[in-house]
Amino acid sequence: MTGNHQTLALLLFSGFVAVTLGITTWVSRNRHGSAEEFYAGGRLFSPMENGFAIAGDYMSAASFLGVTGLIALYGYDGMLYVVGFLVAWLVVLFLVAELVRNCGRFTLADVVAARMSERPVRIAAGTSSVTVSVLYLVAQMVGAGSLVSLLLGGTSPATRAWTVIGVGALMVIYVSLGGMRATTWIQIVKAILLLSTTVALTVLVLLRFHGNIDQLLLTAADRSGHGLSFLAPGLKYGGDWTARFDFISLGLALVLGTAGLPHILSRFYTVPTARAARRSVVWSIGLVGGFYLMMIVLGFAAAAVVGPEALKKSNAAGNTAVPLLALDLGGGANSTGGTALFAIVAAVAFATILAVVAGITLASSASVAHDLYASLRRRRAKPYSEVAVARTAAVGIGVIAIALGLLARDLNVAFLVGLAFAVAASANLPVLLYSLFWRGFTTRGAVWAVYGGLIPALALVLLSPVVSGSPDSLFPGVDFQFFPLQNPGLVSIPLGFLAGWLGTVTSPEIPDEAKHAETEVRALTGAGAV
Amino acid sequence: MQSSNGRPRGGASGHEGPAENHEGHDLTPAEASGKVRYHDPWYDALASGWGELDGTGAPAPEVPAARRQDEGPALRAGDVYLDVQRSAAFQEVRSRYLGFVVPGVIVFLTWYVAYVVAATTAPGLMARPVAGAVNVGMVAGLGQFLTTFLLTWAYARHARLRRDRAALELRWDTQELTRGVRGGVL
Repeated sequence: MTGNHQTLALLLFSGFVAVTLGITTWVSRNRHGSAEEFYAGGRLFSPMENGFAIAGDYMSAASFLGVTGLIALYGYDGMLYVVGFLVAWLVVLFLVAELVRNCGRFTLADVVAARMSERPVRIAAGTSSVTVSVLYLVAQMVGAGSLVSLLLGGTSPATRAWTVIGVGALMVIYVSLGGMRATTWIQIVKAILLLSTTVALTVLVLLRFHGNIDQLLLTAADRSGHGLSFLAPGLKYGGDWTARFDFISLGLALVLGTAGLPHILSRFYTVPTARAARRSVVWSIGLVGGFYLMMIVLGFAAAAVVGPEALKKSNAAGNTAVPLLALDLGGGANSTGGTALFAIVAAVAFATILAVVAGITLASSASVAHDLYASLRRRRAKPYSEVAVARTAAVGIGVIAIALGLLARDLNVAFLVGLAFAVAASANLPVLLYSLFWRGFTTRGAVWAVYGGLIPALALVLLSPVVSGSPDSLFPGVDFQFFPLQNPGLVSIPLGFLAGWLGTVTSPEIPDEAKHAETEVRALTGAGAV
Repeated sequence: MQSSNGRPRGGASGHEGPAENHEGHDLTPAEASGKVRYHDPWYDALASGWGELDGTGAPAPEVPAARRQDEGPALRAGDVYLDVQRSAAFQEVRSRYLGFVVPGVIVFLTWYVAYVVAATTAPGLMARPVAGAVNVGMVAGLGQFLTTFLLTWAYARHARLRRDRAALELRWDTQELTRGVRGGVL
């Protein structure tokens, strides 16, 4: 990486930061400080705008850099990730988006608490939402730290630390000053930048191979050194049965976790109606689907054009596949085109991390202020003071995420993302589906469903080879490993559903029919929705 | 447009009701006057926008109205929801929704789990060549993309043609009933 790359990438990235800070100040200039505005951007975004923003929230640097790297190194097994990320949106579209828009106001807990005794349910759902958000946030912060050393050549620990601190500070500024409106516009700008970069790279790849996908795949297989088995599953997850079950576990977590991610759920409140929420999901499925199809092409192209040796030399996990591919497509390391493309890809990757991080921080500050603070303090807070709490919470979460990001900087990013999805699928999805669809669901069931998914998911990770008992684990010196899989989803998701059912059938409380009627009528018709 | 008060029941004219039911019952000004309501964005959204009325499908047959003429002011808001829930109109909307979503979810989850399990346990099958470099696994993976897009389109179309109109009618009726209840109590 020469100085040219760095200067240009830094210039482009500073441009993005300047534009987004401009948006933030412009948006916060005429704000009124209401909760509606801070958490939901006034609920007046159009389905297309929200669709781009959802796609912007979802297309993280983990997929842009990580998944293409996986495909470039392991071929077909990288594709399995992509399929899970996309199919997950059907769960969101069919079961969650419209109903949540109709029933809730700002957070997941709103939907559940409408039917139940409010305080315990809000505390439970708020806790699990904040846990999921912080895990996801740490993954992005760790990603930002490693990205800077990979792309800009600053490998010293100090550079990484300052990048993490800088990203954290920027996200706190975006969120606490601009609220949902600024965050949404940042997501939209970022989604457009990311998609156009991806389209440009894909067009260049197709030109290089004269539009012949078959030749692209065969070249990739040839250069990978694995031959045709590169195009079939098994290179990464085909080992022993533990590895296979681990992947099935991850697949389940990916597909069921998206519908429980707090920062995705909160996006549905930024549009006026359930219809608009549905249409934004349709938009985002189109955008995300197109993006992932292009990611597959770029991943195989990186294997074919750059080759696995060069990729592994730059980064063992393959995270630099797309930037290296861009360098080659632009004309090579010493050409203007190559330098420019490389710098653009690097800057877009940073912009992606910033935008995703802002979205998650906003969602978790909403959980802290709207659910936890409001329930733990019995005093009825006035509307403006709740927003003030949320702004403070954004700062606090920023500090926590920076600290954890610095501590966890050697953890694998893809693992942290998979873990966040697994916790979301185990703790948030069961309680959400039960309260929307089960007439007899009770408060105890809701509380058990949340903790019955959250605690096993976290405990199984503590007992997994990720934390101890293997050379790659967090504490290689000790061995209290008990659970063989890295991803807890296969066990903890069914446990979450089971605990919710068990809590309900053992509960002495008689379910309130009128409240169930209200939830059902409101969910399906939108009556009384804000 | 919105009576955008904060979390508790903020500034809206103090409505009564079960204490836990306070979330989001505030009517917008447009809804408060029956004449204007067809011009508010909630209603407009039905007839405009991307992927809307494509002219190919007929709107779903009308469903009977949930409104009842004999509502007394003594009803509680909770009773209104129970009444609406038991009405034929609502049952119809619900069965149309569940009738699409339940089989849909079963189909795509089964297809996805089958794909993941096949990819991890039967790599030999997935490696069988189909045409050129393309093998069974590639076809199955792209098939997942295709079915996702198709189901998205089918769901949006089903909701637009079979559910939206009836649900919107029910929404106005229910809101009018709950407002009547609150007005009576006040």
